[in-house]
Amino acid sequence: MISTLAISQASVTPTLRAASGLGQSPQRDWLNDLQDEEPPRDPDQSPDWNSLLCSVATQDRAAFASLFTHFAPRVKSYMLRLGSDAAQAEELAQEAMAAVWRKADRYDPERAAASTWIFTVARNLRIDAFRRQNHPELDPNDPALVPELPVSADLIVARKQDASLIHKALAELSQEQREVLRLSFFDDQTHMQISETLDIPLGTVKSRIRLAFGRIRTMLEDKE
Amino acid sequence: MSIQYHPDDDHLVRYAAGELSEAWSLLVATHNALCLSCRTKTRLAEAVGGVLVTDAAPTEMSVGALEATMARALNPQDDFVVRPEPASVQALTAKPVLPQPLRGYAGGDLQGLRWRRLGRGAYYVPLMSGRGAPTARLLRIPAGRPVPEHGHKGLELTMVLQGAFTDGGKRFGVGDVEAADSDLEHQPVAEPGEDCICLAVTDAPLRFRGLFARMVQPFIGI
Repeated sequence: MISTLAISQASVTPTLRAASGLGQSPQRDWLNDLQDEEPPRDPDQSPDWNSLLCSVATQDRAAFASLFTHFAPRVKSYMLRLGSDAAQAEELAQEAMAAVWRKADRYDPERAAASTWIFTVARNLRIDAFRRQNHPELDPNDPALVPELPVSADLIVARKQDASLIHKALAELSQEQREVLRLSFFDDQTHMQISETLDIPLGTVKSRIRLAFGRIRTMLEDKE
Repeated sequence: MSIQYHPDDDHLVRYAAGELSEAWSLLVATHNALCLSCRTKTRLAEAVGGVLVTDAAPTEMSVGALEATMARALNPQDDFVVRPEPASVQALTAKPVLPQPLRGYAGGDLQGLRWRRLGRGAYYVPLMSGRGAPTARLLRIPAGRPVPEHGHKGLELTMVLQGAFTDGGKRFGVGDVEAADSDLEHQPVAEPGEDCICLAVTDAPLRFRGLFARMVQPFIGI
């Protein structure tokens, strides 16, 4: 768990709010939220989100209700951190979960964990709603695509990307490395803005992101 | 075919985080269509995003949110219909040269694209441009010829889709990505044998050095 935080609350928010142009956000700060983080979940105890998401593809409303209860409040936090006000965040979280219902038949549990897939749905919705842009993605059925690895090998990749392993790997990063990753995913900041926020040179931002990501990759490979 | 030059990990992470603008994302996604290694890394970065979101403290949803969401799911509202990806308008007869999502942005595969003159035998197709926004376009460099000499104010990433070029002693083949920043006045030269087709994305407008290119640059908006 994270006990100390190097950057002050005040140093983070103004750039974000100014850059987002989305009106006032509540004075909630994600750095405080980190201290409320839930302890690592025991994978054997938590529901099998991947199977539940597969059930949603068959119009299973009970499965959807379980996913909603777990993920909707987290997607709402994500939208709040990225500059939505409370009403927008609620709206976007509902819309993201509605998209999860509509697109669940495209979910492939061999390629991604449910949390990963729901994150990408929420991310793309945010980009569309705030920037009026698409998030270009490869088409798994495109004849020009270099084919995937055989399923057996890919299953290993899927297992390596298991959410609980990543959770542990994140906890083992240095505080500085974790910080730049969180700012990348949660603060809608450019490298330049992260550099200003943390008062470190631009090159340091990039190298920290590379190092943090490289360490996560190494840790997951070691745990094979 | 083995890809030697990849986008920086930091670009893959920012693609996964949704922090790259559309032009850069187009290049990363197109590279990932051809590169299993970067595709796998990108999936890992997206998984990190999923874990960060899932581990964060939840924010209570409003009363009746589940019912409201079901209603939305069954009756999509126009406000929030996610804009469709540009679709390829051509029926495919053979394995395309341009992978998705690029083919959609170009309006089809190589046949039937509307190439515009760049000078010295080179042509381009604009894909995305806007004031101050990163620019994406296809370039076609005739076999054995140089790209009109240029420097740029910001970063330029060039990904090879057909043929190959050499620049500064390095060879870039299909799938390879060359990164050039403002310090570099570079001179890619297409290999003999086949026209070289590339996706090029730049932060800022290119500054072409050739006389013809400099004369037409103000008019063609590249």
